[in-house]
Amino acid sequence: MTVGDTDNLSQNQTASQAVQAATPSELAAALKREHPEWISEVVDALNETTAFVNRDHIVAVCAYLKSAPETSFDFLADLSGVDRGPEEEPRFEVNYHLFSTTKYHRLRLKILLSDEDPHVPTVTGVWRTANWHERETFDLFGVVFVGHPDLRRILLPDDWQGYALRKDFPLRGYEPYSLK
Amino acid sequence: MSSSVRLPPSVEIVDQPLDTQMTISMGPQHPSTHGVLRLELVLDGEMVVKAKPDIGYLHTGMEKLFEYKKYQQGIVITDRMDYLNPLGNNLAYVMAVEKLLQLEIPERAQTIRVLFCELQRIASHLVWLGTHALDIGAMTVFFYCFREREKILNLIEAASGGRLTPSYFRIGGLMMDLPPGFERRVQQFQEAFPSAVDEFHKLLTGNKIFQKRTQGVGYISAEDAIDWGLSGPCLRGSGVKLDIRRANPYSSYEQYDFEVPTENGGDVWARYLVRMREMKESHRIVGQALARLKPGPVKADAPKVVLPDREAMKRHMDALIHHFLIVAEGFDVPVGEVYLPIEASKGELGVYVKSDGGPKPARVHVRGPSFVNLSALPHMSEGAMVADIVAIIGSLDIVLGEIDR
Repeated sequence: MTVGDTDNLSQNQTASQAVQAATPSELAAALKREHPEWISEVVDALNETTAFVNRDHIVAVCAYLKSAPETSFDFLADLSGVDRGPEEEPRFEVNYHLFSTTKYHRLRLKILLSDEDPHVPTVTGVWRTANWHERETFDLFGVVFVGHPDLRRILLPDDWQGYALRKDFPLRGYEPYSLK
Repeated sequence: MSSSVRLPPSVEIVDQPLDTQMTISMGPQHPSTHGVLRLELVLDGEMVVKAKPDIGYLHTGMEKLFEYKKYQQGIVITDRMDYLNPLGNNLAYVMAVEKLLQLEIPERAQTIRVLFCELQRIASHLVWLGTHALDIGAMTVFFYCFREREKILNLIEAASGGRLTPSYFRIGGLMMDLPPGFERRVQQFQEAFPSAVDEFHKLLTGNKIFQKRTQGVGYISAEDAIDWGLSGPCLRGSGVKLDIRRANPYSSYEQYDFEVPTENGGDVWARYLVRMREMKESHRIVGQALARLKPGPVKADAPKVVLPDREAMKRHMDALIHHFLIVAEGFDVPVGEVYLPIEASKGELGVYVKSDGGPKPARVHVRGPSFVNLSALPHMSEGAMVADIVAIIGSLDIVLGEIDR
């Protein structure tokens, strides 16, 4: 990228997409066409691509995205949870922020989980860095990563009651508030 | 065996000290753990069989707190995460919110941000160098490093009023413009700094004891480093040429000319060399940013988001109204979610912000480089000596405020 055309690129999204051969958005859309059961939806917003992944296939999707040469998402930058609130359904999101150390592109995978069944297969077998991220998400949201080698609380004490980052957990004190 | 203790005949006493493993708890009050980190070490003699980090002693629920504060109030929380690199934290957070708001930041503000981020990177590396050498036993370096760092903190104080918690970057630009004569003060620092780096090299790089303590210690290969999510100097010390400032440029970093130093050793020594070279590169970037400083606005043209100038408030009714609304009610941020990574002094600092349309974020998550880099410690330290653990922790350059958040 030269100095002169950077201003145009930041304003013009299509031009920046033309620089790369295949954008994460196109790659995710292609994967959706190939395996419709893996990915339910691909959303582009604010120059970021989000692929909504079916929970049961997350390990297969991650392993594919990591190993396929055109995607080569070999770096799990981040894994975190979101609580949309106790009245929402599905209630929880788990976000996987993928990065490629060779192609420098990024992709977000998103899994939606219900309040009754917050279980996700672990991706520690794909990236070992997922270990602590998943422990943190378990610790603060109560999302259970099935098959995780060492699923213990990481930031809060072992005897902590409840999940601190859930929306119904109070900012102060220990008693969850009631919406009624 | 003394006659007073009677054991049942079935119990067999193992009395072979060389065969047994011992578990010791290192920390949380250990000076070389850089905060309150506890390591559970399983030792065979002096060799580490297993190392288990135990974190959370400094957990203050910052991510929860973000959800109860307005967007602009979140900036002061970020100062307190990686307290050696507060301006980097400020930048990642405000840029994430700016991306949600789709704000254009004026060129002068971007240049000043780069200038301060690089000064802060040098300051952060100086603390790392001083404490790392101190852990290994070289005390003198510590004082030299803190002398240089003091100059940078004075510069940050001159612009923002704060030394450790500047909160200088605001959503839409800067808190205020640089004070008069600031460029000259930076220039003075710029002139003195290269000789200081040469001093550090004289003190450490040729030091045989330092070399013996660091070379071949805490090895991690490039594949393992990527697999463990290492970033920043730790990753570049394993030979992976990756820098977010180059890979996903932000704040006009693509317009600066600098090298991305890498070393192939993968050990503590390689990570040492990478950071030493990075300080010189940051010094170069500061010089370029200084040359690029042109007069102009330092706040975006977004009256509903950016606080108006004091003078404007005295003259214009609408400026006063906007000021009142921003302070009292905050500003609404459009629905959306962003993950914004920057190259902080310790690696990839990513801020995930999800907005539900109101003046407070629905969720803020911080991917701290220290958190991820520390998770690779067991991998790096198995088979090492106990004393090497101290060197390895130092080479990871962790800050517990960011790990525990």
